[in-house]
Amino acid sequence: MVPVSYYVALSAILFTIGALGVLIRRNPLIIFMSIELMLNAANLAMVAFARIYTVLEGQIFVFFVMTVAAAEVAVGLALIVAIFRTKHSINIDEMNSLKG
Amino acid sequence: MTPDLIAFFVLALIAIAAALGMLLSRNAVYSALFLVLNFGTVAVFYILLDAPFIALTQVSVYAGAIMVLFLFVIMLLGTETLPASKALPWQRPLAFILALILAGEAGYLLFFRNVTSGTIPQPVQTFGGPQALGQALFNQYLLPFEITSVLLLVAMVGAVVLTIKKKGEQ
Amino acid sequence: MTFFYLAPWIVFFPVIGLLVNMIFGGRFSEKVIGTVASLASGLAFVCSVLLAYSLTGHPEAFRWTIGEWIHIGTLQLDWTFRVDTLSTTMMLVVSGVGTLIHIYAIGYMHEDVRFKSDLKRFRRFFVFLNLFIAAMMILVGGDSYLMLFVGWEGVGLCSFLLIGFWYEMDTLARPSWANSNAAKKAMIANRIGDFGFLIASFLMFWAFHSLQFDQVFQQAPAIAASNPGLITAITLFLLLGVTGKSAQIPLFVWLPDAMAGPTPVSALIHAATMVTAGVYLIARSAALYVTVPAAQFIVAMVGALTAIFAATIAVGQYDIKKVLAYSTISQLGFMVAGVGMGAFAAGMFHLVTHAFFKALLFLSAGSVILGMERGHHHLAHHKGHDEHGDPHEEVFDPNDMRNMGGLRKTMPVTFWVYLIGALALAGIFPFAGFWSKDEILANAQQGGFTAVYWLLAIAAFFTAFYMGRQIWMVFFGEPRHEAAAHAEESPKVVTVPLMVLAALSVVGGALNLPGVETLTKWLEHTVEFIKPSEFIMSVALISTALALIAIFISWLLYGRKPLKAGEVDPLKKMLGPIFTGMERRWFVDEGYKALFIDRYVDIARFTADVIDWKFWHDWFHEKVIAGTYNWLSNVMLNRYADQRGIDGFFNGLGEWTKNAAAGLRRFQNGFVRSYALFVLIGVVAILGYLLFK
Repeated sequence: MVPVSYYVALSAILFTIGALGVLIRRNPLIIFMSIELMLNAANLAMVAFARIYTVLEGQIFVFFVMTVAAAEVAVGLALIVAIFRTKHSINIDEMNSLKG
Repeated sequence: MTPDLIAFFVLALIAIAAALGMLLSRNAVYSALFLVLNFGTVAVFYILLDAPFIALTQVSVYAGAIMVLFLFVIMLLGTETLPASKALPWQRPLAFILALILAGEAGYLLFFRNVTSGTIPQPVQTFGGPQALGQALFNQYLLPFEITSVLLLVAMVGAVVLTIKKKGEQ
Repeated sequence: MTFFYLAPWIVFFPVIGLLVNMIFGGRFSEKVIGTVASLASGLAFVCSVLLAYSLTGHPEAFRWTIGEWIHIGTLQLDWTFRVDTLSTTMMLVVSGVGTLIHIYAIGYMHEDVRFKSDLKRFRRFFVFLNLFIAAMMILVGGDSYLMLFVGWEGVGLCSFLLIGFWYEMDTLARPSWANSNAAKKAMIANRIGDFGFLIASFLMFWAFHSLQFDQVFQQAPAIAASNPGLITAITLFLLLGVTGKSAQIPLFVWLPDAMAGPTPVSALIHAATMVTAGVYLIARSAALYVTVPAAQFIVAMVGALTAIFAATIAVGQYDIKKVLAYSTISQLGFMVAGVGMGAFAAGMFHLVTHAFFKALLFLSAGSVILGMERGHHHLAHHKGHDEHGDPHEEVFDPNDMRNMGGLRKTMPVTFWVYLIGALALAGIFPFAGFWSKDEILANAQQGGFTAVYWLLAIAAFFTAFYMGRQIWMVFFGEPRHEAAAHAEESPKVVTVPLMVLAALSVVGGALNLPGVETLTKWLEHTVEFIKPSEFIMSVALISTALALIAIFISWLLYGRKPLKAGEVDPLKKMLGPIFTGMERRWFVDEGYKALFIDRYVDIARFTADVIDWKFWHDWFHEKVIAGTYNWLSNVMLNRYADQRGIDGFFNGLGEWTKNAAAGLRRFQNGFVRSYALFVLIGVVAILGYLLFK
């Protein structure tokens, strides 16, 4: 049996990579994917903890996270499409009209 | 080294490599495909962690539905690559430093605080199966479950409203 | 059969009457208003009669509580009506005479509001009159000193309102504040008296722990034995209250000015009822007074001195109502002297008979005044056919006896009732005043109050003289003014009450005839200190002789050779400066003005000009406070603390905030990725904190 803490460590690594992706990539689609990766890492950690404590709630929560992620992706992609239509670009560094 | 452990490390390496590939690919399509690979390995981990239902949901929802949607959008917009940008020169080095700190903190937490010590009891046979999750979702978590259906409906309507082309619009 | 449960209704009926007139009176005619008010007073009289009837079978005091009032510690006071022979006597007088005056006032005010051209005040007058009856009933019906005080203040208020009834004009209806000044004078003089009453009440509560009559009187002998000074103080402070309300020396000055009120008011409040409240108070407090003979002597002397002092002033007056006003003060002096000597029955007897004949005299005087005004009006109407009168017309005073004369022929009913009243007042056998005045004189001689006796006897001489003078001047001789020649008799509504009062003035003496002593025996149930008085023939003969001599002298001076128009008073020719003194009220008002009012004004001016303005405003506020403050603000605060410290701090804060904002806005660059970076910084920091805390 693999120690469950290994899964948690893997989850932390994946999360860090996802966070790095959000920060360094300028393509909003890839940023989105990085966010999905972070969610996935969190899910992995939760499933691992559910296994450690033998409680089903961790998995239930993962189920809901997936649902929310699906909804988020649907709306987020729709937003990107809408932005692309008006600006003809999706470069995230060109979207700074909210600056102070 | 047990076979279990070997399998885990191999899969873990694939997952990390796929994640890095997603992060570093210039082309968004490659990124999406690397992510699908990552999701697949994570699904295998779910099975190893006695969560077969979640693993199958992962494959069908994430690797299937969501990533297909991503690929559709990437190809629809035709923005696989982006020109280089001069904005935010400090962003990249700072991001690396922070990511390192984060990873260090996580590692410290895991291996020096010993959060997962102690023996892990073997769960019952049906733990994490569709039956168990179904029982929980439709009894104890019925209301949140119904609310997620509303959430999905709202997301669907929102996506339609955001992307619809009004009459007379170019 | 007893009717004690009617006790509160002696107050409720007048209150109902005034409420009806107040709320619905606007739609009533004058007759209805007058009827409602008279009915309210009349029903109170009926109640009083029934209460008196109930007492005949049950002579002990009956107490009827209608509600809780004050229950604080040992002070236990309720709204309790006390029905006993003393209070019922007062109730009968107040409501009986009051009702007659109400009826009279319907006729009198009908004309008065027309002469002074403000018809709306007819209703107001009757509301005030009913209010007065209610307050007076509380005064006489109360079972404690405090309830008595409520009525005491209530009648004082009504007196004030009614003296100033025509507040914006003088007695000749010219624009002036004379009437309101008279009202204020009455109020202020009474305040001084009320102050005494209140102090007495406080002392009483201190000494007896109660203000309820029975409880006070029960403890009086014991306290008087252990602490006579305290009782003396209480009784003397009560006397101060009496001098205010009953117009005795030194506070009598308000009563003559109170004649500014309409004549029914003078009759009801300032002759028959309210001013006798002081006499009632002393009679009520008999148990206190008998324990301190020194205080009794002072009361008797105050009364006797007032009697003679006011009588001499009455001789020198020309205003028909002023003569009666000073006569009232004088007669009140008789009563106060009587109750002061311990002759409570005699004092109360005189109170009752005086209520009859003085009300009669005032109301008759009112009838005379109305007759004169009618004559004057008739004249003005004839001369120029001009309702508003000739602008060059002389100022006509219908109250001035020098304008009258010969009214015997034009106003016969008024003449006869006036004559009866005058004879009763002068103390001629067998009219009411003879019996009551003689009883007081007999008591004075019997009780060893020789000085009081002689003062009162001489006062009686003056009384007969000024009444004779008045009769001769007003009703005999020839008219000295055309108005008098054209005077007309008053209507029935005025003359009928006069005749009733005249009848009472004739037979009133029967209340307490020597040997029968009805009133004495009646009052004995309540005031146990009453000594049965004897009828002393020598006293009666002396006083009758004095009265007859006085009337004869007045005939010599005014009757034999009637005064001509514009002629100087013959007494003035004889007495010269002494008469001037009488005419000018012995300069008491001027003396009070010089002694108190001017000093008061000086003090007020000093406090206003020097203390308030120069000291507080100019020096303290301007120099000390404002100066110090200005110095502090200019030198210290403005230059150093404010400009450098506070301004520096806040300007610096502003600058710093601006700079900080300019720096911080660089972070707000609009790039989502950089925001995400900050989020991650936060995550790392929080995680680090949690790990290494």
